[in-house]
Amino acid sequence: MRGRAMVRRWVLAGGIFAMVAGIGVEPALACGGLVGPRGSVRLARTTTLAAYHDGVEHYVTSFEFNGAGTKFGSIVPLPGVPSKVEKGGAWTLQRLELAIQPPVLAPAAGFATADARKSAQVILKTRIDALDVTVIRGNGDAVAAWARQQGYGLSPDAPEIFDFYASRSPIFLATSFDASAIKARGQQQGDGTPLHLTIPTPSPWVPLRILGLGLRADQQVQADVFLLTDRVPTLLPAATSVDPYGTATGMAVIQSQPASSRLLTDLGGDRGMSWMPRSGMWLTALRINTTVARLHHDLAVDVSGKGRPSPVAAGLTWSGTQFASVAAAPPRVPAGHAAWYWLAGVLALGLSGALLSVGAARSRSRRSRQRDGTGGDGLGAGAA
Amino acid sequence: MRPRRRSPLVLLLALGVALAATLSVALAAWSWAQAQDPPRTRTVVITIHWSRFQPSEVRMTQGDTVRFVIHNTDPIDHEFILGDEQVQDAHEHGTQASHDGSVPGQVSIPAGQTRTTTYTFERPLSLAYACHLPGHYRYGMVGVVRVTASG
Repeated sequence: MRGRAMVRRWVLAGGIFAMVAGIGVEPALACGGLVGPRGSVRLARTTTLAAYHDGVEHYVTSFEFNGAGTKFGSIVPLPGVPSKVEKGGAWTLQRLELAIQPPVLAPAAGFATADARKSAQVILKTRIDALDVTVIRGNGDAVAAWARQQGYGLSPDAPEIFDFYASRSPIFLATSFDASAIKARGQQQGDGTPLHLTIPTPSPWVPLRILGLGLRADQQVQADVFLLTDRVPTLLPAATSVDPYGTATGMAVIQSQPASSRLLTDLGGDRGMSWMPRSGMWLTALRINTTVARLHHDLAVDVSGKGRPSPVAAGLTWSGTQFASVAAAPPRVPAGHAAWYWLAGVLALGLSGALLSVGAARSRSRRSRQRDGTGGDGLGAGAA
Repeated sequence: MRPRRRSPLVLLLALGVALAATLSVALAAWSWAQAQDPPRTRTVVITIHWSRFQPSEVRMTQGDTVRFVIHNTDPIDHEFILGDEQVQDAHEHGTQASHDGSVPGQVSIPAGQTRTTTYTFERPLSLAYACHLPGHYRYGMVGVVRVTASG
């Protein structure tokens, strides 16, 4: 019974904050997952907490901004349809960040070493502080078209990345931060608005590839990911052991240990976080440090004890079938080749005629031989 | 009266003669057609998907006039700019928002739509076709037309 409860009551908490290096002078879409109209405003940082309990995912996301534009937003792929969207807690994300401050990140004793053109459907729309929140369902093209209709520009990699996510879960969270509303509310640059989404889903995952949206292939993506689970999780792709700078996969485990009761108590005391267990959780902190070109996957986490994280959830089985189908389209026949095909056709026709002539000659010859060799048969006699 | 029997050798000879005659006639007809044909406009279909041109390389012969039919299957806008390095550089740093197709080899293709543009390759050289909307060229939206000398 206890084992079943452990399986059912697993909790995954993932916090991602992308600190994108190398943001140049064209920052229109230079932050992961960001869609913006003219690039005058960009997100300074996006922080996300995804937590699971009894098959329900709790997503807490906060948006901060800098710049002086009038409108910007972000798109986040979700593993399911949210049943509730509300304002997030006041300190959950900040407390989680404290868990991986530099003194904690340093390796130390006790750390583990370890429908193509259909329109997007608006599922939910609400406003939280100065943030307009919309949950939409649709394939990649539909979501992209919806974003454009809302006035957002999309980077050239958006069509592929949206398809990448929509092939697994066609649910996206779109936020639009109205700078004039921020001003009216007296909010300052750097202030964040946390969101808390409750998402029933049997198959959670942590989106990583979206962090590279709008970046060049050679640009770095750096993020910290937190996992809080009832068991030691199995990850896919597998992260390396203690290596704060990442290696082959660009992911490194920088912390893996039982979550302290103080951390869990702090998180559980925030608004909307009472579901958080106060003990028995395992904390895993991962550091993402890789290039956009290599970040072609998400993070699948298996806490069932079976040790089999889903390659589908990790985005590793997706190989761009649409692209392949286009590439496999029948090639155009150049005009120069068409002449040779025509010539080959004439030759084939001539050859067929010649073969028919030979066949007819042989047939006549055979009949003649029959007449010569069997002159007394009835047919021959009658014919004669 | 007994019919005369043809030997296999005669039949093979007849076959050979028939083939040679057919080949000669076909070659003559083809040569005549080549000599009589006026310059033709060829059609090349290019598909844009996930911000990539397919195909990314096209081979032409000097003197070819080509009608490019460009299908944009993406949910975002793209453009097709054909020209040498100078043209590409000008568009990469230019401010022209859209191209209505009045300039040969230059046309904007809205999301999910198809546009055409016609271009004559007068010299043997290599030209690029690219999209210069912000970030698209750098993302890899570029192809090449290799034009070889006629004859």
